[in-house]
Amino acid sequence: MLYREAGQFKTTYVEDMAIFPIRQDRIALAVLLGIAFIGVPLLATFHIWPFGSDYLLWAILLPFLILALAAIGTNILVGYCGQISLGSGAFMAIGAYSAYKLVTGVHIPLAWLGCAISIPPLSVLASILLGGLIAAGVGILFGIPSLRIKGLYLAVATLAAQFFFDWAFLRIPWFTNYAPSGSVNAPELNFFGLIVQSPIERYLLCLLLVTLMALLAKNLVRGNLGRQWMAIRDMDIAAELIGIRPLYAKLTAFAVSSFIIGVAGALWAFVYLGSWEPLAFSIDRSLQLLFMVIIGGLGSIMGSFVGAAFILIVPIMLNLIPAELGVPLSTETIAHFEFIIFGSLICYLLIKEPHGFARLISIGKEKLRLWPFPY
Amino acid sequence: MIALGQFLEVLIGGLMSGVLYSLVALGFVLIFKASGVFNFAQGAMVLLAGLALVRALDLLVANGFPLWAAIVLGIAFAAAIMATTAWLIERFVIGPLVNQDGLTLFMSTIGVTFVIEGAAEMIFGSDVYPLRLFPTDAWFVLEDVFPGGILVNKLDVWGALIAGILVAGLAIFFQRTKTGRALRAVADDHLAAHSVGIPIGWIWFVVWLAAGLVALVAATVWGTKLGVQFSITFLALKALPVLIIGGLTSIPGAIAGGLIVGAGEKIAEVYLGPSIGGGIEYWFAYVLALAVLLVRPQGLFGERIIERV
Repeated sequence: MLYREAGQFKTTYVEDMAIFPIRQDRIALAVLLGIAFIGVPLLATFHIWPFGSDYLLWAILLPFLILALAAIGTNILVGYCGQISLGSGAFMAIGAYSAYKLVTGVHIPLAWLGCAISIPPLSVLASILLGGLIAAGVGILFGIPSLRIKGLYLAVATLAAQFFFDWAFLRIPWFTNYAPSGSVNAPELNFFGLIVQSPIERYLLCLLLVTLMALLAKNLVRGNLGRQWMAIRDMDIAAELIGIRPLYAKLTAFAVSSFIIGVAGALWAFVYLGSWEPLAFSIDRSLQLLFMVIIGGLGSIMGSFVGAAFILIVPIMLNLIPAELGVPLSTETIAHFEFIIFGSLICYLLIKEPHGFARLISIGKEKLRLWPFPY
Repeated sequence: MIALGQFLEVLIGGLMSGVLYSLVALGFVLIFKASGVFNFAQGAMVLLAGLALVRALDLLVANGFPLWAAIVLGIAFAAAIMATTAWLIERFVIGPLVNQDGLTLFMSTIGVTFVIEGAAEMIFGSDVYPLRLFPTDAWFVLEDVFPGGILVNKLDVWGALIAGILVAGLAIFFQRTKTGRALRAVADDHLAAHSVGIPIGWIWFVVWLAAGLVALVAATVWGTKLGVQFSITFLALKALPVLIIGGLTSIPGAIAGGLIVGAGEKIAEVYLGPSIGGGIEYWFAYVLALAVLLVRPQGLFGERIIERV
């Protein structure tokens, strides 16, 4: 009754092609964005429950936003273009380290030419975006094998990227500016004179970037490019026959996906971690992103957000619930429980609902349209 | 002569550790051949088998059993655990997912990996447990040819021997027994196999059991070398490039791929490592696999099953 589109007539093409053609969806989104942009900062400023401390902002909302962004990137490659990737962590690392190098200034001595390439330190925002671009370039490079191989074979190729960059950032001291401990510190987050420091500011910064990029991704996947990706995913030979160039479609998917993941990586390092080591972007991170995408829903931007929220909240729940029930568990047991529950959930979801939570939500919408007269 | 001696030593050491990679890769090939499932959980199964074995051994020896009895009972216990795991996986994961595409099955085995790792560590503990089934002391051979001889680890020789026996046994099992033939039939076309009366569920159980037992064997060797610990699961990841190089469907390929990776990464580490910072072992196998994928996607010995993209 509430969720019914009857009577919403579209009189122009522009209205017909809107991202959210149904009024109720627009209202829901506006409310959600309003809460995120205005409600949360207000509550947090005045320390009203549940924002009594910075815990919720720091430990849940900030990582949720950034990982959701990375999940969107992974989803574009895995969910929309059907190219499985186990190397998302590596692309996050590339984004993070490139941004770090750019923000501290790059100096490459070319001894045999007698000169050197020097780039003066760039601003933080430019570094983050350029870091994403560099990740996109590397993504294209590692996407080239996808033109000959697919499926599991491609997974191994992306695994090669993961292990190679893990090693490179650990062992090549140039990337860390010769830091003796191998860990590097984020610069001061100076955005055109505005210094982002407190959790609320960090949250707003991430929220802004994530909203913009999610909108960008949403628009891309419903446009020409996104349809090419989906055609390639569903049946590559048929797609080729109707005139889609696999080379172009696949490499753009790698590039866009790596760009978003790279930006997410730079944010993760600069805004959330503050100081980091290559371990922050290991194979575990790649698997975590893959799980977010599977659980949230392959081929769904909203699913990436749901998946990221789920993956982040389950461990916290596992920590809280036994304590509330008076059954204290050791952290080790909880970690093992987490493994078991994640694993079983993934199997269960793959068997029962291969399209993840996003599919459940759309089923719910469908039911809601008919409610209360289901016929 | 010293340089050649050192080279041989590195080569032999590499080949021997390659045998160990092959042991893990074998389990992958078995399951892939019979059910088309790319089993990410093989490394976790090695961990589970190793933990079950080493904990049972410790318990039995502490309760005053003689060593031989403890070993026999421990292996029986670990085998029983692997059989249970195989049954559970077949019944609850692979069975319901029949006829899904390879990617879904692959991701479901990632889920299985997590369950097995969590459960194994929860039940059997998560420390490093030393396992001593084979001698681990070094051996010097060919002392009259090279000054100082070539150092060979006895454990590696044992590992090679076991791998040889295992491959021979598997070959006989696949070619000569009734179950083995049924297995190959299922691998070829499971609908056709089903319609001539081959019980598919049972066959898949047998395959997972075989992979579990191979994992147990791998666990005894790896456990002796490194101690039974969580990092064993990373072996599964090392076995992926081995498979790609050898070919996904070939048992000899798994062995050859293991040898190439083992020897290649040791030689690269010793001769190239110092000039670019060391730790090449970490990624050498993957980059090698990437190169093989670009040139010969079916691997050295695999059947040509990849569709042109």
